[in-house]
Amino acid sequence: MHEQTVAQLAQGLRDKSFTSVELTRAYLQRISELDQNYNAFITVNEENALNAARTADQRLASGEATPLTGIPVAHKDIFCTRGMLTSCGSKMLGNFVPPYDATVISRFNEAGAIILGKTNLDEFAMGSSNENSHYGPVKNPWDTSLVPGGSSGGSAAAVAAMLAPAATGTDTGGSIRQPAAFCGITGLKPTYGRVSRLGMIAYASSLDQGGPLARTAQDCALLLNTMAGHDPLDSTSAVNAVEDYTLSLNKNLQGLKIGLPREYFGEGLDSATGEQVRAALKELEAQGASLVDISLPNSDLTIPAYYIIAPAEASTNLSRFDGVRYGHRCADPENLHDLYTRTREEGFGDEVKRRILVGTYALSAGYYDAYYKKAQQARRLIKNDFMDAFERVDIIAGPTTPGPAFGLGAKSDDPIAMYLEDVYTLAVNLAGLPGMSVPAGFVDSKPVGLQLIGPHFGEAQLLNVAHRFQQATDWHTRSPQAGGVV
Amino acid sequence: MAIEQDEIEKIAELARIRIADDQIGEVTQRITEILGMVDQLQAADTAGIEPMANPLDAIQRLRADEVTETNRRDAFQAIAPAVENGLYLVPKVIE
Repeated sequence: MHEQTVAQLAQGLRDKSFTSVELTRAYLQRISELDQNYNAFITVNEENALNAARTADQRLASGEATPLTGIPVAHKDIFCTRGMLTSCGSKMLGNFVPPYDATVISRFNEAGAIILGKTNLDEFAMGSSNENSHYGPVKNPWDTSLVPGGSSGGSAAAVAAMLAPAATGTDTGGSIRQPAAFCGITGLKPTYGRVSRLGMIAYASSLDQGGPLARTAQDCALLLNTMAGHDPLDSTSAVNAVEDYTLSLNKNLQGLKIGLPREYFGEGLDSATGEQVRAALKELEAQGASLVDISLPNSDLTIPAYYIIAPAEASTNLSRFDGVRYGHRCADPENLHDLYTRTREEGFGDEVKRRILVGTYALSAGYYDAYYKKAQQARRLIKNDFMDAFERVDIIAGPTTPGPAFGLGAKSDDPIAMYLEDVYTLAVNLAGLPGMSVPAGFVDSKPVGLQLIGPHFGEAQLLNVAHRFQQATDWHTRSPQAGGVV
Repeated sequence: MAIEQDEIEKIAELARIRIADDQIGEVTQRITEILGMVDQLQAADTAGIEPMANPLDAIQRLRADEVTETNRRDAFQAIAPAVENGLYLVPKVIE
């Protein structure tokens, strides 16, 4: 069962090849046997998952089922789950059991999906390797000496190792796409505002966006159908109507114009990775798409603008963790000041502290114009580059990452080297665009991702291109051998 | 740009994060490196460019002034580190 896609599992449930209880039990069994190799889960929802599966089986029998009824899904431990630990990978929330569900969780629950468990992540989603988790690093199922990428590393590893057929993630600067690329799976970061942020623990509020990770574009479409939509409880939630993302998956690519930004194929791109991406683009060309040379001239502003805006917003968002209302509190505080400063010293890890400090600096009196305002101006230049490009092309394509997964520990002592890993993904968040990573081959047995970028609310077209690509290639069907997975 | 250790101490105080004496040197070094990298931005010509706070240039929506939430004090206080008589407890603020 575990080798099937969500679409196949949904069919199997309808054909009565197996029940949701059997399916859920099979995944729980795999997690208990294999996750010791990967550390993809922080919490496994053993008891409640089977109860939910029983309810789902009744719903399937009654004919009232949705496409996700009875399907087990793993959720990044950044989405609040009522009554279930939501740690955000931090010691700060090591005892946090939310009194409410994130809107994304409610939507999956209403659809009848099963919560398999909560997946590991870089603390507060700050990281590109999943090494910043208080709950230990996640290991890449393709080679456990490698990182899975981050920050949704647990979700990507769980899907790649077939411990879950699909998972949710969040993407503030590449945190769905980069781990999807490193783990050889398919991931989609929707347009800013497409998926509700209510109950999704905030990192950088003008960039954060939830999305699906799965083995195929078709599965991502099925999950996005459930996740997407207006939420009056999220003031930045988009009001645009939601499409059925499965309807246009098969549309042919004749006449599609794909822009290739020369800045994404230049210095810094590993040559073997570049070759794999170019080969993938040839496949799209063979299906009738044309490849157009384009430029995103302000690309060099991306990393500095991101590393001002994201930390600035993080410093504001994370000020709520003060040891008073929930979460960690230091022992025996001498006074209120001591309570705040020691709670935050003990509760946050090094990278989170660094970003809070950089953000506090950028927002402090006398520096605001030079840093935050300047970065917001650069952000508009970066967005304008994309808007100009979309006058000429339908979508933009390139590598998801500069190279394949790196070794555990290889960059963990060098924050700036780690930041450079996100060079091709950050701009998409700054511009609020939808982006995908699709398996596009291997370099030294390590997966490589093709990134597809669309105009605002262009998710259906990205999924269409990714699906057509997956009809003609089998990269997405490959699976790692590690841990006995065939 | 170089940033002095006492400036990091001031920022840490603003952010209410205690930094141990034996770590302040390394933290200063790291933050200096990061600020050095983001300083590339200073070379960008942004004259006349409107700052962008929201990628869709969306504005805050208003909702009708209606009561939509119920009182869930007990649920919220059940997860607090210290409460008494419905109040959150903190160390004495006024001597």
